[in-house]
Amino acid sequence: MSQLKKKITRIITSLILLVMLIPSTAALADAGYTYNYDFWEEVQQSPDAYSVKATLTNIELGIEKKMSNASSLFVRDNMIYVCDSGNNRIIQLKFENDVYTVERIIEEISGSEVTTFNNPTDIFVAKDGHIFIADQNNSRILKLDNELNTVLEFVKPVDDNFEAGVTFLPQKIVVDDAGRVYAIVSHVNKGIVKYEPDGEFVGFIGATPVKYSWYEYIWKEYLMTKAQRAQTENFVPTEYDNISLDEKGFMYVVTTNFDEAELMTDSALPIRKLNSLGNDILIKNGNFPPVGDIDWDNAGGYTGSSKLIDITVMDNDTYFAVDKTRGRIFGYDDQGHLLYAFGGNGNKDGYFRNPTSIEHMGKDLLVLDSIDGQITVFTPTEFGSMIFNALDAYDSGDYDLSADIWQKVLMFNGNYDLAYIGIGRAKLRQGQYKEAMHYFETKYDDDNYAKAFQLYRKEWVEDHIGIIFVVFFLVLLIPLGIGRLKRVRKEVEKYEYEMETVFKRKR
Amino acid sequence: MSTKWKLFSSVSDKKAWKNFGKTLKFSTYCIFHPFDGFWDLTREKRGSMGAATFILVLTLITRVLSIQNTNFQFHKVNFERVNIFTEILGILVPFLIWVVANWALTTLFDGKGNLKNVYMGSCYAITPYPLLQIPLIFLSNFITEDEGTFYYFFDYLSLVWCVILIICAMMQIHDYTMGKTLLSTIFSIFGMAIIIFILLLFFSLIGDGISYFYSLYKEIAFRLY
Repeated sequence: MSQLKKKITRIITSLILLVMLIPSTAALADAGYTYNYDFWEEVQQSPDAYSVKATLTNIELGIEKKMSNASSLFVRDNMIYVCDSGNNRIIQLKFENDVYTVERIIEEISGSEVTTFNNPTDIFVAKDGHIFIADQNNSRILKLDNELNTVLEFVKPVDDNFEAGVTFLPQKIVVDDAGRVYAIVSHVNKGIVKYEPDGEFVGFIGATPVKYSWYEYIWKEYLMTKAQRAQTENFVPTEYDNISLDEKGFMYVVTTNFDEAELMTDSALPIRKLNSLGNDILIKNGNFPPVGDIDWDNAGGYTGSSKLIDITVMDNDTYFAVDKTRGRIFGYDDQGHLLYAFGGNGNKDGYFRNPTSIEHMGKDLLVLDSIDGQITVFTPTEFGSMIFNALDAYDSGDYDLSADIWQKVLMFNGNYDLAYIGIGRAKLRQGQYKEAMHYFETKYDDDNYAKAFQLYRKEWVEDHIGIIFVVFFLVLLIPLGIGRLKRVRKEVEKYEYEMETVFKRKR
Repeated sequence: MSTKWKLFSSVSDKKAWKNFGKTLKFSTYCIFHPFDGFWDLTREKRGSMGAATFILVLTLITRVLSIQNTNFQFHKVNFERVNIFTEILGILVPFLIWVVANWALTTLFDGKGNLKNVYMGSCYAITPYPLLQIPLIFLSNFITEDEGTFYYFFDYLSLVWCVILIICAMMQIHDYTMGKTLLSTIFSIFGMAIIIFILLLFFSLIGDGISYFYSLYKEIAFRLY
C-alpha cells in the first residue's frame, strides 16, 4: 500500500515538475535580462525594453573571412560601417527592406603612399559623404571621398606635447560639421587631439584637471623617499576610451580609467558630455549618477564596477552605453535617469563576450562583439517604444499624452519609477496637486514633491482663509480675555477685601 | 501578594500621581537650568525614577513616530527594511550601556552618584529630544525642503542640547569639575566599547558552545536512528 502510494506521489511530482519546466524555459531565458534600479539602489526586474532583431556575422552577410578583433561601428543614415581591424578592412553594410546586405568591402584606397590599412580602429562618415578612418598602425587619420580617393592625411602633430620617439596611435575619431577632427590618441592624456579641417593641429580639449587630495599631496611630496616616489604612479589625468557625437554636435566621451571608490560620489565621471570648451555639461538628475551598475554582484567571476567602453546618443538625447565587464547596455534619458539596463555575458543572442562598440540606427541599437565577430541588432519592444513615446511627448510639451502613455507603461511594469514621476509631472501641470504629490511621494522625488506641495498648500490656505483667521484670532483673543477676566476678578477681590477691612476698622 | 497590592495602591494613589507629575515637570526646569537642576535632581529628591523612565519611553516612542510620520522630504525611509524593534533597541541598548559604563567608571573615580542617580540624570538629560522632535514631526508635514532650514536647525539642536545636558548632568551628579567630567565621558565611551566587545564575545562563545552540543546530539541521534 505504502509502496503504491510512494510511486503515485513520485509520478505526480515528476509530472508537476515537467509541466513547470516546459512553459518556463522560454520565460527563464528572459528572467533578469532587463532591469532597473529603484531609489534604494536595489535591482527591480523589468520587462524587456529591447529584443534581438538580428545577429550579423560573416556567415549571415556572405563574407568569407570571419571578422577579427572588430573594434568599431559607425552608422550614417542606412549605412553601417564596421572596422574589421584584425583583417585590415572596413565592411560597409546597407540596411534596406529590413535586410542587411554588404554594400562594399574597403581594403584599398588610392591617392596615398600606403594604400592599405594597418589596424584601422575607427571610422567616421561626415554628412557630406567624406570618410574618416583612424588607421592606427600607419599613424594617420585618413580623409577619403566617397570613391576612396585620399583627400587629406592627419598625421602626428609637430608639437612639444608629442615626444619624438613615441609612435602616434590614433584610436577613436569624430568629425564635427565644419570638418574639424577630434581624436583620442593612445598614450596621450592631455585630452582629445583637435585638428582644423586643413589638417593643422590646434590643441587639446576636454582634459580633466588632475585631482588629488591634500593628504595624497603631502604624502607624495614630503613623506615619500625618492625611490618610493619613482615606483608609484604620478598624478595622471584620465585617458578617454571612446567618443561619440550627438545630433547637436556635443561630444560624449567615456572612460574606464577611474578609481572605483569615486563612482558613487560622482567624481569618477565615466560618461561626460563635452561642450566646445571641453567642459562636462552632462545633466544628472537621477537618483544616482550615470555610472552603469550600482550593485556590483560579483557573480559568475565578474567583479568590480561597470566599464563603459562606448556610447551612442539618440536624436531625443537618450544615450546608451555598453559595459564590457558584464556585457550590459545601460540606457539613460536626457536628464540622466536610468531607463533600463539589459544584456549580459554569454553566447546566446542578446548576450556578449567582448562588446566593443555600440551605435544606433533610428531607435535600433547595434552592438559589435569583437570575439564573436558579430553585430547584434536590437529593436525596441512594445514596452521600450512606449517609454520613448512618453519621453518624446513630454519633451514636445504634450503632458496629457505623456501621462496616458506612462499609465500604459505601468501596466507593463508597476515598478517603473519614471512612469510614476511622469504621471506626477503631468498631474502637476493639470493642477491636480494632491494626486501629483502622491505620485512623487511613491517614488521619493522630493524636488517635484516640494513644487506640488507648495502649490497645494497655497491653494489650501486660499480656500480656508476664513477658518484660519477665525482660529488665529480665537487663539490670540481667548488667553487675552481670560487674562483680563482674571485681572478684573482680582481687582474686585482686592476692592472687596479693602472695603471689608475699611468697614471692619470703622466698626 | 503584598507587592502586587503595593503596586495597585501606588497606581491608585493620588499622592503618588501628584509626585510623578511634579517630578516630571521638574525635567523642564532641568533642561533650562542644568547646573542647578541636576544638582537638585538627586540631592533634593526633585526627580523620580518613574518620571525618568517615562522620559526614556517617550524618547523611544518619539523615535518610532519620527520614522513613521516625518515627511519623506526630510527623512526617507525604506519601510520594507525597517524593523521597529531594532530601531528601539538601537537607542535603548547604547543608552543603558552608557549608564552602566559611566557608573562603573565613576565609582572608581570617586563619583558621588550611584547607578540609580546616573540613570535618572541621563534620562532627564534627553528630555529635549521628545520635546523638540514631536513638534518637528508635525512641522515637517507643513513645509517644503527649501524651507527646511528651521527643521534641520531644530533637528540638530535636539541632539546637541541632549549631549550638553548629559555632560552637565554627569558633572553635577558626580560632583566633578568640568575637566574631570569630559575625561570621564571619554573614558565611559571607551568603557561602552569594551562592554559591547565582551557581550559579543560572550554571545558568540555561548552560540559556539550550544552548536557544539547540538551537533553532538545530532551525531548521536543519527547513529542511533
